[in-house]
Amino acid sequence: MSLRTPLARVRHLGSARDGTRHWWVQRVTALALVPLTLWFVISIISNLGADHPALVDWIGNPLTATLLILLIGATFYHAVLGLQVVIEDYIHDKVARIATLLLVQGLGFLLAVIGIISVLSILF
Amino acid sequence: MATFTLPANSKITQGKTWPQPSNAKRTKTFKIYRWDPDSGSNPRLDTYHIDLDDCGPMVLDALIKIKNEIDPTLTFRRSCREGVCGSCAMNIDGTNTLACTKNMEDIAGEVKVYPLPHQPVVKDLVPDLNQAYAQLAMIEPWLKTTTPAPERERLQSPEERAKLDGLWECILCFCCTTACPSYWWNGERYLGPAVLLQAYRWLADSRDEFIGERLDQLEDPFRLYRCHTIMNCTKTCPKGLNPAKAIAEIKKLMVERKG
Repeated sequence: MSLRTPLARVRHLGSARDGTRHWWVQRVTALALVPLTLWFVISIISNLGADHPALVDWIGNPLTATLLILLIGATFYHAVLGLQVVIEDYIHDKVARIATLLLVQGLGFLLAVIGIISVLSILF
Repeated sequence: MATFTLPANSKITQGKTWPQPSNAKRTKTFKIYRWDPDSGSNPRLDTYHIDLDDCGPMVLDALIKIKNEIDPTLTFRRSCREGVCGSCAMNIDGTNTLACTKNMEDIAGEVKVYPLPHQPVVKDLVPDLNQAYAQLAMIEPWLKTTTPAPERERLQSPEERAKLDGLWECILCFCCTTACPSYWWNGERYLGPAVLLQAYRWLADSRDEFIGERLDQLEDPFRLYRCHTIMNCTKTCPKGLNPAKAIAEIKKLMVERKG
């Protein structure tokens, strides 16, 4: 039981002076993903039936590799930001929330690095 | 975790069915949430029948008739009975609205009446809104200036005054806030649509000199950014206002001051 006043409870630790960056970057990455995803889908369709060396050759093109890396980066960044909001919304236990956040952020980072390194290994 | 089911002591049971009025030609059935903290028992749904030819048109008219003529223990808040005080906000026919401006004829079948959702209940249809009131107090909803008060009114151009339209009309009934799932899950930190619309009412006021400080107070992942544009607030507002737009305007100001 707490005898704090309702005002003390809602003021609590004060404002975090943060949140705008998260909100803005989530929207910017969403915007960037529109052309990147369209390009990716169209490219995959136009590469249908291509054999392995042809596809490796396509990825080895510096422009393709750059766009792929941007796509991978934006996808995982956007996904982690979105999942963070869901976790903060629904997981209220402090320890469970921090653990889940770290797990999701770590996993997102790991997958993004694996993807980028894969593209680079074909490029170089 | 967010809770998706009611705790055992909140499960609603079948309540008492009160007798039909005699000689009534047209009747309306009301199912009303009842809970008495002193009884120790679970909430129940009581059934009442109203003679429509002997009752005013609004849901509040029926509630007052029930309290006066059928069951004086029915507890609810009401004051102005014309949609300007916000006291009789409750969940009617599945939507948060004001009992005094909700016409019974607009409801097909029986009328279900519950208190505003997801708030502690004081008794029957009276919710405990102390948290929301404290959040309103926190944003300091009054004009703040450092310039000494002028001899006469603080002037505003007609264009500046027009920016307050759609904001000043809010009567703080908290229909919107208690309809917001984000407020249900994180109400102790998220300010909710009603308070954020009030906050924007002062951010939009050309006479206020503390916009930066007001934004500082709101810039928080929970206080402001728990709004996920679900839009329940705008859909439910009995005054036809748009709290979701006011929140979006606050977010735009946040981005604007970042450069």
